Amino acid sequence: MSVLQESPAMAGRPAGERAWTPVCRYADLLPDRGAAALVGHDQVAVFRTFEGGLYAIGNRDPYSGAYVLSRGIVGSRGAEPTVASPMHKQVFSLLTGVSLDDPATAVPTYPIRVTDGTVEVGLDRAA
Amino acid sequence: MNAKRRRDAASTANEERGVLTRQERRTTGEAVPSTGRRVVVVGYGPTAHRLVEALAAGGFAGTVTVLGEEPRPAYDRVALTSYLAGRTVEDLTYPVPGGAAVTVTVTVGARVVDVDRESRTVVTAAGEAVPYDVLVLATGSAPFVPPVPGNDLPGCFAYRTIDDLDAIREAARDGGPGVVVGGGLLGLEAADALRGLGLTTHVVEMSDRLLPRQVDEGGGAVLRNHIEALGLTVHTGAGVAAVEPGPDGRAARLVKPDGEAIDARVVVFSAGIRPRDELARRCGLAVGERGGVVVDAAMRTSDPRVYAVGECALAGGMVYGLVGPCFTQAEVAADRILGGTATFEGADPSAKLKLLGVEVAQFGATAGALDVTYMDPVAGIYKRLFVSDDARTLLGGICVGDAAPYDTLRPFVGRDLPGTPSDLLFAGAGGDRVDLPDDAQVCSCNNVTRGRVRAAVVEHGLTDVQGVKECTRAGTTCGSCVPMLKRILAESGVEVGKALCEHFAYSRAELFDIVQVRGITTFSRLIAEHGTGRGCDICKPVVASILASLGNGHILDGEQAALQDTNDHFLANIQKNGTYSVVPRVPGGEITPEKLIVIGEVARDFGLYTKITGGQRIDLLGARVEQLPRIWKRLVDAGFESGHAYGKALRTVKSCVGSTWCRYGVQDSVGLAIALELRYRGLRAPHKLKSAVSGCARECAEARSKDFGIIATERGWNLYVGGNGGFTPRHADLLAADLPADELVRLIDRFLMFYIRTADRLQRTSAWLENLDGGLDYLREVIVEDSLGICADLDAQMERHVADYADEWRATLEDPERLRRFVSFVNAPGTPDPSIAFETEREQIKPTLIPLEAVSR
Repeated sequence: MSVLQESPAMAGRPAGERAWTPVCRYADLLPDRGAAALVGHDQVAVFRTFEGGLYAIGNRDPYSGAYVLSRGIVGSRGAEPTVASPMHKQVFSLLTGVSLDDPATAVPTYPIRVTDGTVEVGLDRAA
Repeated sequence: MNAKRRRDAASTANEERGVLTRQERRTTGEAVPSTGRRVVVVGYGPTAHRLVEALAAGGFAGTVTVLGEEPRPAYDRVALTSYLAGRTVEDLTYPVPGGAAVTVTVTVGARVVDVDRESRTVVTAAGEAVPYDVLVLATGSAPFVPPVPGNDLPGCFAYRTIDDLDAIREAARDGGPGVVVGGGLLGLEAADALRGLGLTTHVVEMSDRLLPRQVDEGGGAVLRNHIEALGLTVHTGAGVAAVEPGPDGRAARLVKPDGEAIDARVVVFSAGIRPRDELARRCGLAVGERGGVVVDAAMRTSDPRVYAVGECALAGGMVYGLVGPCFTQAEVAADRILGGTATFEGADPSAKLKLLGVEVAQFGATAGALDVTYMDPVAGIYKRLFVSDDARTLLGGICVGDAAPYDTLRPFVGRDLPGTPSDLLFAGAGGDRVDLPDDAQVCSCNNVTRGRVRAAVVEHGLTDVQGVKECTRAGTTCGSCVPMLKRILAESGVEVGKALCEHFAYSRAELFDIVQVRGITTFSRLIAEHGTGRGCDICKPVVASILASLGNGHILDGEQAALQDTNDHFLANIQKNGTYSVVPRVPGGEITPEKLIVIGEVARDFGLYTKITGGQRIDLLGARVEQLPRIWKRLVDAGFESGHAYGKALRTVKSCVGSTWCRYGVQDSVGLAIALELRYRGLRAPHKLKSAVSGCARECAEARSKDFGIIATERGWNLYVGGNGGFTPRHADLLAADLPADELVRLIDRFLMFYIRTADRLQRTSAWLENLDGGLDYLREVIVEDSLGICADLDAQMERHVADYADEWRATLEDPERLRRFVSFVNAPGTPDPSIAFETEREQIKPTLIPLEAVSR
């Protein structure tokens, strides 16, 4: 999912047990490129698209086992924003984390938002 | 040399079944069995080779014994002249055919002197007796040497075998003028060869024009203009009365019947061929009045156990000297030996050739009730079509200077014309839109029809010319029908892979033109104006590469950063556990002890695995992304720069030790390799580029497996292009020989830039060259003769690349903005990726395998 801008007031009222981890300044992210972040014990790949949308998915490429999805090429398939694994080019939806050529395989997705220019990734404790 | 293929026991059962079927056919079919288990083939030229190949492919289950007179296995005689231009015997030699059921034994240097048809045995000059059930005579022909005084002087040669060419080359070393007797196809080839050897060349032709069997008077005149413009002297209507020796006893001049003498140190007789039928005569087989072993439509001689094929055979009263009909004869004979019923019904003597750089073609009849002629004396083009009296049926045609009608119109011989004759002859008009019938022959060398190509495309799901070649053999001999094969692929609904991906409907070459012509400098503008969506892992690196090839900015600058594959993004090659490799450039593979020590120290201090690469440099593996800048800082400070091991770019120019040290070396290969590597470093291309320089013909640097390889000669450098290791190895082709260094560099500049402009995404130079319409000849036209008028552009582009080159790693280290990406985690730069772990093997690190149990596929 993608939330470009959320008011600080909303950020103070998290839904359920969701914890938000600040990751970096929005301006630190390059358009159409990703970055890796450590959220709790999870490695998360954070992407900023050309249009300005933000996405967060698991950084682990399930096909190689390496934590590299943040270094893939961001693009689109139809209207769906995507990232291609830099290892063997499997393409994942940034919206759902599903491997588009192999829907049985998926990576986790994470809530992401910007608060006062800072990008934050959410982690649901229950999940 | 002896080469053998042994029977494969595993498929015996199947093969026996195959033999049984044939035996059944044999008993019901013919009175005298012409099939048998022991086939002896006398002669080992291209036709004999094709016959053996056809037997093996047809599952022949027996022994095939080939006795060749020449001291080497069969080679591609059609390409003989390329031997003088630098192709080796190995390049031209056919592989010995083999199959699961057949045992093929080839003996070279074995001349057969007698055949005993009673006991069914052939006898070689060495006295060996070889029994046969079926005998095939494929003894070829001998050049006709006019019976004039002095025709056997030293300095007089024929033009048929590799030995002939070796002797001609040796004789040409002393220079002096050369004369070719005979202005036919082979004569003009020989003339080209003499010219290539640096001799002042004359051609003496008995008839009133060159190529009397292929062209008419008008075509002959245009052809003559072309050839004289190349500096050759043509004497038509002239024979030879004598060859006279000089004081040294070697040929010195050729005297014509009119008494005029032409100075000649080298005389090549190429005045026609005579079938080698002496063996047939000796054993009492029927031969023609003017020579040739008489055969029926099954290629059988007067003895049904004996076949004759190729230039020694007289089929339907004709001796065929072109490779196409000879191959067909070989296939007919093979089919018969296998028990089939094929027949040889004569052959179309059509030909399309390139002689001395001039396209010449002739097809169908050379006369007709009506004819239409197009002539452009300025451009040197002559085209003439012969049609029936109602001007509707095409009978034949002659082309000089532009052979395009051959491709489009030859299949229509004997059919309704696909347009008005004038439309069909005017440059290019209509030609491309002409629809061919399915039974039209597209490849005359291998007798392949359009229908067969189409069927193969559908049946095997072929998508490219290479596939068609492998499946049907079309296009594998002279290659002139390759453009036609492409058209058939396109007509069969094969999208010839034009659209790059869903975001661009253009090929890489088209995108290159768009970017260049419209001066586009960003991906955003390109996709907004010429594409859809936001790109993907296919088009983005392609565009990044095009922008880099044209623009020369730093590949991590601005928007370009987002286009790069991870390797280019981090200026390092990603490895299976997400770490990267570091490969500093070591130009030409030459490195000082100090620099070696620095590499060793860096590897030790960062705990990296080290390995020597195939490209003569050192790979440091296991670097985490956040370590890369610190590693490179040390390397750059010590004078190293990026080796671009991560890029679709020039990798290395490998070299042997060369004339400086090696006692065999004839040129300084290391010096040249370093100069080339420094010139082309950082050049972005559709795929990686590799090169090598060898200091002598021993080729220790393996230059012919490279995209561009250079081999030293005593007179300069030979340039080979389009070589490849990898999945489909390919030896590079000789583009030009004996070049001085400056010309060599200019040619490589143009070769690389032309490739970069026109190749598809991820297409190595080998595949690019294979798919280039017109192949090597066309490449030569474009980058040597500047036929497209783009050479100045290509040169300027390369100059710009050379002038603007800067080391990517140095520039990155100097720019804090670019350095920001080299972190493990944006929010925890001090924490290395906890998933990366190593264990020890042979005293070095190796990645600990990542368990993959969570993946469902």
